[in-house]
Amino acid sequence: MNDLCVQFDGVSKRYKHFSLESIDLQLATGAVMGFIGANGAGKSTTIRILMGLVHQDEGAVQVLGHPMPADQAAAKLDIGFVSEDMRLYGAATLAWHMAFLRPIYPRWDQAYADSLLLRFDLKPEQKIKGLSHGQRVKAALLLALARRPRLLVLDEPTTGLDPVARVEVLEELMAVLADEDRTILFSSHNTKDVEQISDRITFIDRGRIIDCDDKESFLDRWRRLRLVLPPDGVVPRLPDIVQVGGSGRLPVLTTNRFEPAMVSVCNDMGATVQAVDTMTLEEIFVANVHSRRERLTA
Amino acid sequence: MHSDIVISQTDSRPMYLQIMEQVKQRVAVGDWAAGEEIPSIRQLAVALRVSVITVKRAYLELEREGVILTQQGKGSIVTPDPNLGPRLYHEELSEHLDEVARLGNLLGLSEEEIARRTKEATSRLTESRLAKEIA
Repeated sequence: MNDLCVQFDGVSKRYKHFSLESIDLQLATGAVMGFIGANGAGKSTTIRILMGLVHQDEGAVQVLGHPMPADQAAAKLDIGFVSEDMRLYGAATLAWHMAFLRPIYPRWDQAYADSLLLRFDLKPEQKIKGLSHGQRVKAALLLALARRPRLLVLDEPTTGLDPVARVEVLEELMAVLADEDRTILFSSHNTKDVEQISDRITFIDRGRIIDCDDKESFLDRWRRLRLVLPPDGVVPRLPDIVQVGGSGRLPVLTTNRFEPAMVSVCNDMGATVQAVDTMTLEEIFVANVHSRRERLTA
Repeated sequence: MHSDIVISQTDSRPMYLQIMEQVKQRVAVGDWAAGEEIPSIRQLAVALRVSVITVKRAYLELEREGVILTQQGKGSIVTPDPNLGPRLYHEELSEHLDEVARLGNLLGLSEEEIARRTKEATSRLTESRLAKEIA
């Protein structure tokens, strides 16, 4: 087995009003990847291609060693998929769903399913249509987890959840990771969830991957420099500055390749560096999207 | 063993720094003894609900500082050096003293004045200890 769980090579898919352009994506076995993008950026289309639900026009997709979509039946035995529009039968109970899935998936773990029922505070005899949104997400997650899949693919798993349910879901996702052969890919526009549990971060915007790196590297390389210029001073020209904001004598520079030497260069040019701020993943994402869109329109 | 490490969401410092600081504290007070095995990167990540890569980063830096030793495939241990705990306290003390010097300088205090104030602080600590013993 190769140690890449998911691999996209130059994958494209064109629709009338949206296209996904040459997506390259690599996810190592045992890692958690957070897939971040605005609504309509192409997260769900990418995930659908990964699942073999949508067929790419170009490019190769490998999931758990299976070429997709050709080998999707075999791949899906090992993938647990939860999405917002997950179709569970409204008239049936959660117990019915469990009984339905058990014979299909050889690794179905009933003891684990029972413990999840308790931890998620779900009642197996309740009908799906009577469940709240949060309960429905937890039910779908339970059905996916109890199959003990090697890859979990979650499309916006925490969207619309209350704080208690969000923590329950994140806790269970981390528990899965205790086994180092399991891999998680999840999309979200809630960067805080992604920031907490992801090893790798991929940003997607307007159908293209705009950045992909280890989370720690992202947090290390992006910085905001707050400067004070002398009267009539000019903003120092530095490499790798993606945004210049602030006002007149108090400019704020955002860099995506911070080096401590930048501070001394600013000082040499007569500007005082008041502060070097770290940025949250959300700020990094927004700055990333803005700077790229500006470059495209410039 | 390790569930008492707490990651604060309101602490603006990076998570790996928070993890490092708390591991060092445990070693300094002797909760994690020299040579003792500590949780694996993955175990601690799962317990803290933070990503594996964040804990890996913290462990790498701790190893660089000589606090822990990571053996390939064998997990990590606290560096088997009986002086490690005291050393960590000394390092922390030096950092605080540097800060005292910096602030004193900022206020324009003389060296003697800064030394006098430090002595006052130690006297206060001794007094409050004595007061507690009497009570």
